[in-house]
Amino acid sequence: MSLAAALLILAGACFAFLGSVGLVRLRTFFERAHPPTMGTTLGAVLVLLGSMLHFSLVESHPVLQEALIAIFLVVTTPVTYLLLGRAALLRGQGTKGN
Amino acid sequence: MNADLASAVLGLAQLLLALGMALALVRLLRGPRAEDRVLALDTLYLNAMLLVITSGVVIGSRVMIEVALVIGLLGFVSSAAAAKFLLRGEVIE
Repeated sequence: MSLAAALLILAGACFAFLGSVGLVRLRTFFERAHPPTMGTTLGAVLVLLGSMLHFSLVESHPVLQEALIAIFLVVTTPVTYLLLGRAALLRGQGTKGN
Repeated sequence: MNADLASAVLGLAQLLLALGMALALVRLLRGPRAEDRVLALDTLYLNAMLLVITSGVVIGSRVMIEVALVIGLLGFVSSAAAAKFLLRGEVIE
């Protein structure tokens, strides 16, 4: 098992974890919408790169299926957050703390 | 020795992702607004997907990639549907 792949996965997991910490700690909805995106972009890409590296080394040929998930995440995450942000804006009180 | 270290690092990554899921669950239960719950559900799905991929690397199985793809698809569809419902009051108009 390659240590480089494991370290890439650990870095991605750290980003996803920090995104969740931000989701719990920040005060308003519009602030809270920001941290999880760190996990969806950099965190997911690092974990998927680590998985690609590991299986490419193990099977000794390039393995690229993870790129499919990465592309899918990059395309779909903005759609979800756009809809959520507009819903919060229309329903009001998005800047009130809690 | 190197393989042991890599296993320990992957175990730490799994632990971090599970903790991230627990934190997202905290936000899911606390709310306070419906948008916060949908956002927390989205984060929960993402962390679960990354945990599945990491577990696939740990047990050395390629099947986990398909599992992660299905989780990602369902997560996007459910959060987008919930957000659309909050926005307009119905999912498909």
